[in-house]
Amino acid sequence: MKGLLIISGLGILAMLAEIFKFKKVLYPLVLIGILAAYALGFTEWNSNYNIEMFSNMIRFDNVALAFSGVILATAFFWFILANDYFEKDHLTDHFALVLFALVGALMLTAFSNMTTLFLGIEILSIPMYVLAASRKRDLASNEAGFKYLIMGSFASGFLLFGIALIYGATGSFDLMAIRAYISHNGADLPAFFYAGVLLILVAMLFKVSAAPFHFWAPDVYEGSPTVITALMSTIVKTAAFAAFMRLFLVTFGGVNETWGIVLAVVIALSLVVSNITAATQQSVKRMLAYSSISHAAFMLMAILANNRGMASVSAILYYSLAYSIGSIAAFTVVYHVSKQESGSSNIEAFNGLAKRHPLMAVCMTVAMLSLAGIPVTSGFFAKYFVFSLLIGTSYNWLIILAILTSAVGVYYYFKVIIAMYFKAPAKEDGITIDSSHVVLLLLTTLFTIALGLVPNFVIEIFG
Amino acid sequence: MLVGLLIIVPLIAGLLVFGTKGKAIRNIALGFSLVEFALSLVALLQYKHNPASSDLVLNCTWVESLGIHFAVGLDALSLLLVLLTTFLIPLIILSSFKIEYEKPNSFYGLILIMQMALVGVFTANDGFLFYVFWELALIPIYFICLLWGGENRGAITFKFFVYTLLGSLFMLVGLIYVYSHTGFETGIKSWAIADLYQAGRSLDVNQQSFVFWCIFLAFGIKMPIFPLHTWQPDTYVNAPTQGTMLLSGIMLKMGTFGLIKWLLPLTPLAMEKWGGVAIGLSVFGIIYASCIAIVQKDYKRLIAYSSIAHVGLIAAGILSCTQQGIQGGVMQMLAHGVNVVGLFLIADILLRHTGTRDIDKLGGIRSMNGNFAVLFLIIMLGSVALPLTNGFVGEFLLINGVYQYSAIAAAFAGLTVILGAVYMLRSYQSIMLGERKDSSIAFGSLAGSDKLVLYIICFVIVAFGVYPAPLNDLAEEGTKMIMQNLK
Repeated sequence: MKGLLIISGLGILAMLAEIFKFKKVLYPLVLIGILAAYALGFTEWNSNYNIEMFSNMIRFDNVALAFSGVILATAFFWFILANDYFEKDHLTDHFALVLFALVGALMLTAFSNMTTLFLGIEILSIPMYVLAASRKRDLASNEAGFKYLIMGSFASGFLLFGIALIYGATGSFDLMAIRAYISHNGADLPAFFYAGVLLILVAMLFKVSAAPFHFWAPDVYEGSPTVITALMSTIVKTAAFAAFMRLFLVTFGGVNETWGIVLAVVIALSLVVSNITAATQQSVKRMLAYSSISHAAFMLMAILANNRGMASVSAILYYSLAYSIGSIAAFTVVYHVSKQESGSSNIEAFNGLAKRHPLMAVCMTVAMLSLAGIPVTSGFFAKYFVFSLLIGTSYNWLIILAILTSAVGVYYYFKVIIAMYFKAPAKEDGITIDSSHVVLLLLTTLFTIALGLVPNFVIEIFG
Repeated sequence: MLVGLLIIVPLIAGLLVFGTKGKAIRNIALGFSLVEFALSLVALLQYKHNPASSDLVLNCTWVESLGIHFAVGLDALSLLLVLLTTFLIPLIILSSFKIEYEKPNSFYGLILIMQMALVGVFTANDGFLFYVFWELALIPIYFICLLWGGENRGAITFKFFVYTLLGSLFMLVGLIYVYSHTGFETGIKSWAIADLYQAGRSLDVNQQSFVFWCIFLAFGIKMPIFPLHTWQPDTYVNAPTQGTMLLSGIMLKMGTFGLIKWLLPLTPLAMEKWGGVAIGLSVFGIIYASCIAIVQKDYKRLIAYSSIAHVGLIAAGILSCTQQGIQGGVMQMLAHGVNVVGLFLIADILLRHTGTRDIDKLGGIRSMNGNFAVLFLIIMLGSVALPLTNGFVGEFLLINGVYQYSAIAAAFAGLTVILGAVYMLRSYQSIMLGERKDSSIAFGSLAGSDKLVLYIICFVIVAFGVYPAPLNDLAEEGTKMIMQNLK
């Protein structure tokens, strides 16, 4: 809770910075603020913040705190990655937008009412629409922002419609009240209640970009500035999953027959479509966009196994952490490589990176291994937890499908590795990168391996 | 503790070698691999002294809540394979002394890290740990083949990687499936091998069949068994010689070892039901690969196919689930590991000295270097399993074991002896005997390091051919332990 307040305060401060001329100190201030928010999260762990705040609107229980922790940690790494993104004009505006998006993300981890869900989604999404279009003179960036806005608004519409129907059936916006209503009147819920659940499902699937609601994602990812793409595929995704989980594991857990089979079909589609399309991509950024759809499908699989209680939650937590850290590392490299090639992130741009900048090549390799799910990286454990949740349920066939598509996944991740080590570079000159980015790469790589070696800390976090 | 050292020493050595530069790297790597070999000999003595010694097991908690332990241990079976690994790695490093690789620090570092993973695979007593080491072994060899391989290495190495990864993911599913059935009485799930055995046997025949095929797929690809072998010839031919040696000498044994320790005792009912199909595939692979080997022109490719034939016989023997079959499988794994490294070194020497491995272009080398001809002959005879060479005991036991399962299968499997002799002797005759076919090809004296490796291999072939008892006793002991679990 204090974290949320601190980040909101930072956002307001960022807007004031232009007027009161303390732009220079804003960047360190934000980093310190995030660390402070993170530290305060520790003090709230297991504390009485489990009680509701703002008349049952928001509830920072341990699950919410854990996901906030993932979001804040990723945000910290992201701000290091984005340090020169903020050196352009509109510095304070960008800071404020990112920070407000963070506020939305934190709300999504902790909402306990349908209205705060909607507020969280909008507070997260609206800054993201603007940020996607933040390269004003770039046509692709404008297109990305526009597409994101249209599709996102559509999804919000579905969400509102769904919430209205649920409210009509149960008479409440409160998640716990809805859950109680379902367990009391499980047999005679009106048909429009189920319609409401499915509408909310569709809206959330839009937000996590699962097939067949994924068409916006590749264009938006590719068009947006690389650092913003990194933001979308990590923080936005983690927040959306935290919300998804709370809705469907907790609130609608009682009616899983309704949404389970739909979700299973969506997962199967996402796995097949994303992996096969990713394999044909020339642009690494676009490939990562499609691969993020496949990772979304994996996290959805953990939600699908909804009778496993906290095991599902910690699996999703671990997955989102592993995926976020791996993505940040990958996007850092993509950012530098595409800067060399005047904005193009084609696979050819990675040719011979091992000669031009060995450290980046090694870190990218670890990131790719992690995303592909090879032990001992964290990505492997993430997939392992999902498999072990689903095995023995009636969804065994999804595991087989996931394995077959993972093999396709290895194809496109390794294409990058092969290009870096095996192909001759177009230019021989070395690449110089910021020392802060060197630290970032080392940190994320270490984190990826350490998480794989000692997954206990995350997986046993809820006791 | 000793077993922990066996795993940690190559890892530290590998990381150290990664960080060093200069000419001395190969010597440092060789030194470390010799230290590792000495350690494994100490372990052997320790085992002889007291098989239940606490030095030979290590068990620490890794992920408590999931029942994952870092549990490794040496029994007779794993000790033999660890010895094979630690014996071959110094030879493999030594055999590279005459080759100038780019970035030698990465090359030798990867070999040593691979050794760590291999020892881990052979010693793991925890299903999860086994899987992790299994996958870890794949990454160094992938980079060795990718960075130092032949012409078309990108596509070929990639095929190899995807093939094996797909197999191992299925194995993971099979293992998780068994794991999810552990702990019925206690309520605590566990990856410990004994618990997995128990859980596996509590499954009904259909569930066991599912597990069997999931896991068999992984092992079948690794060995490889027909029809999962299509990655193998290209990969072997394109990999650098040391990579091929690692693949065929040691990595292949991961599959056969896995069959013995991680498949037979896990799914005995499924073995009864499907063993025949699996043996049929193995035996078919023997004949198929032998026939292809006969018509090969490239000597390295010929050995690659001969390897498929050999491993087919090993698999058939193991799958027969008889004492002789499994014991023969173990003996043949050891013999094949040593012999195939020798053969691949010979293929490499031929290429380095004459510029070609084409059997049709070579000829009359014996007249140019008689010494080499003798060494080659001994290794070749070991490979066709002549009596008094190390290959004989294993092959004899294997055919005996398959015979107990089915006389017809044994008759076909026995063809490997004849077919093996055909392609091995024919190629030897063509390369070494007769007249020089291309007068431009000269063959000087061997380099010291190559000579040393060949001498050691020949010594082992003859020594353990004449007196196989020490290995055979251990193999028998290890097999008996497995057989107990099969009842």
